[in-house]
Amino acid sequence: MSAASYFSSLSLLKLAKSVPGGVAQGLIWGLMALGVYITFRILDAADLTVDGSFTLGGAVAVMMILGGCPAWLAVLCAVLAGMLAGFVTGVLHVKLGIPIILAGILTQFSLYSINLRIMGMAANKALSVDKYELLLSSRAIPSAILTSFAIAFVLVSVFYWYFGTERGCAIRCTGNNPALARALGINIGLMKIIALSLSNGLVALSGALMSQFQGFADINMGRGAIVIGLAAVIIGEAVGRGLLGKRLNFYGRMSFAVLGGVMYYLVVVVVLWLRLNSNDLKLITAIIVALFLAAPYLREKRKVSFRRGGKEGAASC
Amino acid sequence: MLKLEHISKTFNAGTVNEKRALCDLSLHLRPGDYVTVIGSNGAGKSTMLNAVAGVWPVDAGRILLDGEDVTGKSEHRRAGNIGRVFQDPMMGTAADMWVEENLDLALLRGEKRGLRWAVTKSDRAFFREQLATLGLGLEDRMTTKVGMLSGGQRQALTLLMASMKKPKLLLLDEHTAALDPATAKKVLEITDRIVEENRLTTLMITHNMKDAIRHGNRLIMMNQGKIILDIEGEEKKNLTKQMLMEMFQKVAGSTIDTDEALLTRNS
Ligand SMILES: Nc1ncnc2c1ncn2[C@@H]1O[C@H](COP(=O)(O)OP(=O)(O)O)[C@@H](O)[C@H]1O
Ligand SMILES: [Mg+2]
Repeated sequence: MSAASYFSSLSLLKLAKSVPGGVAQGLIWGLMALGVYITFRILDAADLTVDGSFTLGGAVAVMMILGGCPAWLAVLCAVLAGMLAGFVTGVLHVKLGIPIILAGILTQFSLYSINLRIMGMAANKALSVDKYELLLSSRAIPSAILTSFAIAFVLVSVFYWYFGTERGCAIRCTGNNPALARALGINIGLMKIIALSLSNGLVALSGALMSQFQGFADINMGRGAIVIGLAAVIIGEAVGRGLLGKRLNFYGRMSFAVLGGVMYYLVVVVVLWLRLNSNDLKLITAIIVALFLAAPYLREKRKVSFRRGGKEGAASC
Repeated sequence: MLKLEHISKTFNAGTVNEKRALCDLSLHLRPGDYVTVIGSNGAGKSTMLNAVAGVWPVDAGRILLDGEDVTGKSEHRRAGNIGRVFQDPMMGTAADMWVEENLDLALLRGEKRGLRWAVTKSDRAFFREQLATLGLGLEDRMTTKVGMLSGGQRQALTLLMASMKKPKLLLLDEHTAALDPATAKKVLEITDRIVEENRLTTLMITHNMKDAIRHGNRLIMMNQGKIILDIEGEEKKNLTKQMLMEMFQKVAGSTIDTDEALLTRNS
């Protein structure tokens, strides 16, 4: 195919049509990004439970709705299940001294078996919007956008309030300076467990909404979720700082974590529209995340480089 | 106020790195005692403070704080009664949080932290008033991230955080050692004022012999995990650096060659 025919085959109308769906999915992923923000930015820890708890949320929600439970209750139970997963990771880390990355991997790994059991040993469970009353669906994208936006708005507000309370400040202090937290009488182990539980509750919520949106739960639906969550947090942060600079407050930071999910998904939409191989998406995502994570380190290194050592010219004093 | 009874602590017991850091150490502080602590590097000064704070359990002995046996209590359970300032200005504050949030964290030292909004209007007024006493202009920077402050400002803030809730015990571990001389002097002045105004029972480690003599009502010298000198009252007031050196020589004996250099560092 020649370049000319490739470009003429790209229809802007088609792109415009797929944007709303991307926004809806992005908002749902954005909720997961908010969960990742809590561990990665506030607790200053990388929690790999995420991949498992995302699927867990989807599995619990789908199975309960299939069992005749109202969707809102199913979602609530999914959130509780996710919190339990985070709690387990927290206990493995805090009470049994397992490094947090490993603790998350262990929980995530075990969740594969648990999720399969929840789904009745099936790798995939369909959930038809025709037969069940769902909170949102890809069949009704405008209302899906509205619902997920409303949920995101409420949750960002709730967490803004929470991290401004005494308990929330104790969690932030634990992430920022654990030695100080201990010296101030804060039980840092408990704070970590609480933060991990809250974070994975959000991730499971995201999974529960996603499974309804796409109309099925899949045992692999959470694979790589942590990387997408990190990408969303990082992209949102960069854009937020670019737009608001120093005015970017805590509310803005959390909002931009959610919006980072939307931005990430719009990139996905464009990649699909350009008919680039969507299998390369994970590679591209990983490269973006790696670059953004490396940036602060590289910037610092450029300031103090051995290669340029002694070549700064005249003494500055 | 504080009673240490025959405290011992050995690090890495049973390995080649075994280190007896505290050796049957006893100390009794009366309410309002302001004690300066000197001794060569590795004498066990920080270890003594860590034992009191409960960073780890001691191997033997008892620790009584205001009559209560706290030997078996973990650090965060003792924290309500103990204020601490460390040598590293980074250690005593949460860099990514605002000045007022840091102060609020300290205001709740040792208390239950619930779901009330942390910094209220009346808190803010109180913090403003407290910050103003430092004379560093921090009262106008309450919503600045602490990471933006200088080392001296951070140490002054940490002092305020450690003392605001009137702890039964204030532990200062070379808290001016990382500051330039002028700032160190200012922070020491603030320290004296805070300790005296609140009548805080205080242990202050310092590397500077002159400071150790000039501040506080009592001076102890440590060597190899033991207290080898304990001087107070008139006798302390009349101390000179020279006398301290001689006393150290007499008590510590042969180790003086290396330790003399260390003891006189910064002074
Ligand atoms: N957490 C620790 N683990 C192992 N050894 C330690 C630890 N803390 C202190 N030590 C050792 O105990 C001795 C006393 O240290 P310290 O109390 O820090 O001395 P200083 O009087 O200079 O404050 C030193 O030999 C030090 O290496
Ligand atoms: Mg020390």
